[in-house]
Amino acid sequence: MSVSTAEGALVGHDEKYRTCLDTGLKVYAKTETLIKVNAVAAVLFLAVGGLFGVLVALTRWPGVHLLPADLFYLVLTAHGAAVLLFWIIFFEVAILYFASSILLNCRLATPHFAWLGFLLMVGGSLLATVAVLQGESSVMFTSYVPMQAAPHFYLGLILFAVGALLACCVFFGTLVIAKEEQTYEGSVPLVTFGAITAAIIAVFTIASGAIILIPTFLWSIGYIAEIDTVTYKLVWWGMGHSSQQINVSAHVAVWYCIAALVLGAKPLSEKVSRTAFLLYILFLQLACAHHMLVEPGISSEWKVFNTSYALYLAVLGSLIHGMSIPGAVEAAQRRRGFTKGIFGWLRQAPWGNPAFSGFALSVVLFGFLGGISGVVLGTEQINILMHNTLYVPGHFHATVVAGTTLAFMAISYLVVPLIFQRDLVFKTIAKWQPYVFAIGVGGTSLFMMGAGTLGISRRHWDITFSDASLTFDVPGTAFLMLGLNGIFGLLAGVGGLMYILVIVGSILFGKRRDAEAVKANPIVAGGEAVSTYGSEGTLKLPGTITLVAVFFTAFVLYYFINWKFLSEVWPLS
Amino acid sequence: MAITPPENKLWWKEPLHRMEIIWITIAFLWGLVMFSTMIYWHITGEQNLSNEAYRITPDAFAEKTEEMAEAYTVREEGDTGIPVVRPPPGSDVYLIARLWEWWPILELEKDQSYRLHLSSLDWQHGFSLQPTNINLQVHPNYEMVVTLTPNETGEFGIVCNEFCGIGHHQMLGKIYVVE
Repeated sequence: MSVSTAEGALVGHDEKYRTCLDTGLKVYAKTETLIKVNAVAAVLFLAVGGLFGVLVALTRWPGVHLLPADLFYLVLTAHGAAVLLFWIIFFEVAILYFASSILLNCRLATPHFAWLGFLLMVGGSLLATVAVLQGESSVMFTSYVPMQAAPHFYLGLILFAVGALLACCVFFGTLVIAKEEQTYEGSVPLVTFGAITAAIIAVFTIASGAIILIPTFLWSIGYIAEIDTVTYKLVWWGMGHSSQQINVSAHVAVWYCIAALVLGAKPLSEKVSRTAFLLYILFLQLACAHHMLVEPGISSEWKVFNTSYALYLAVLGSLIHGMSIPGAVEAAQRRRGFTKGIFGWLRQAPWGNPAFSGFALSVVLFGFLGGISGVVLGTEQINILMHNTLYVPGHFHATVVAGTTLAFMAISYLVVPLIFQRDLVFKTIAKWQPYVFAIGVGGTSLFMMGAGTLGISRRHWDITFSDASLTFDVPGTAFLMLGLNGIFGLLAGVGGLMYILVIVGSILFGKRRDAEAVKANPIVAGGEAVSTYGSEGTLKLPGTITLVAVFFTAFVLYYFINWKFLSEVWPLS
Repeated sequence: MAITPPENKLWWKEPLHRMEIIWITIAFLWGLVMFSTMIYWHITGEQNLSNEAYRITPDAFAEKTEEMAEAYTVREEGDTGIPVVRPPPGSDVYLIARLWEWWPILELEKDQSYRLHLSSLDWQHGFSLQPTNINLQVHPNYEMVVTLTPNETGEFGIVCNEFCGIGHHQMLGKIYVVE
């Protein structure tokens, strides 16, 4: 997707495109611009939201205790909205347009609606952010009723969601056009399939959001008298948790995409990988139950069935990807001749390429920290130990930050040269960025989980309870945990800053990527020889088997350790 | 590659790698184990939440709690004016969550069971009993009942772990467990 060598017009459609010198794919001008604006909006929200996150970590560090209470709760609310919603969803819209229009060589359906969606998302996200910063809407990301935010907080979220829904429609429309105009042969690529998964879950997510946010908005302006608190939580999490499943689908698609671009890796089996995505569509929505495990008036049968995604079938999907992604990388590396020992292929991997290192760290942290902790946290009875403690943000920083955000950062190092057609600036900073960010985020996740295991509450300004009329002493280790969380939070902030520097710097000042640069510094390695390697071959993958075995052992041990913890708690019935 | 259509148009007919079949089988069985463990714990484990809950108005719940406090108050906590209530073992015990306190303070006997009723008079709150680490969500208009059996003596804090506004971090309660 480098310099324009072929600017042409399709028969019947006056659509400009260029042919990417790196990949040979057609890049339509309108798609390209839309990907750019959505990616830029995403990165801006990441910068702001990330800064808020560092302020939160520094306030929870008892030795620093940076912000006053009111500002802490305000910043915590803003942090959640800016990164968990706005950064991620803007970036996902860019991914949807990439996975449809570019991967399928097809013009984007109704670019006008795509722009309308973008403007709604920008307007909505700004409106909600302003509402929070005004100070009357410090209700946290979850905004549980009957706590009330200003009406324009809810309105902003609704507008943002409508914009995102439009983006999904444009995505689906593009798939239809591609099929009709036969811009590709056979089935859609796996990455596109993953994006379809994300978009289908997004529609469910946004529908849940509409069902709960519209009445809540009407309640905030006085048209509805009361909203049932348990119903609110149930439906809100139909949006809140499902939107995290959009992230999982999107970043798994991104993982496959990076492995394909950087190493020429091919999925071990299209059938297996696609079935795993299908399991997400079928079962992920049940996850709102994870937030209802210690609520009044909900039966144990409902909890057990839903919290486990019916027999853990969505977890099965992730476990499958957890094998097939390293497996695809190992197969590609072995095919290229890195066959020494069990892990020769891994040692010889391009660890200096931030796209690869970011991808690999994202896979490992998401699986080991985010995945295992998520299943344990979502176990009906074990949740009694962890509900609303810092364990919860510990878990989801491992999934959404170390997993999704790091994966999106990693692919940014490919988006800048391929879509923005700029060479990276500050290459050394870029090389180290994924490591710094991964260590920072991995640390905060671990130490928050540690503090949570000690019973420390999330969203809490003062663990010394200095203003309370009663006294309570939390264990001394908790102070240590929160201090370490602060230090690693700072490190994650540095990693985030490095990312912003490289990406914004490259977009503004990077050298334009021309044909020479493509030859001298190819982005897409591997090529056809690797890409034609299939799954059913006889190639042995001992490295992947070892990694998966280590993972599984850790999973089983940690799972049963938590049952042991639970058995020591006061009997409850 | 994952960014191009599958080369084999009949990709769903490709045979699976043996490693894949083995891993999918193990992963599926592990899911069954985890699913069964929750059910198993309902049968044999000692830490399970009851499904007992009622709709109630804040006024009615406050009234029941005050009745209990009137009958069983044994002293006041220091100079805070908060009553310490010692209901008889096996009885129904009420605990109010409101901005920003847990009311009243309870005194329970070790190894005795109590039917603890929890409800909020205003917003949602989080009942977090520390350091034993039991965490329950408390809603307004819902009365949740759990049977609790303290198995150790001491002073236990009730932290609010659901954000409930600017005084959230001052919201602290207490349970004494005595022999």
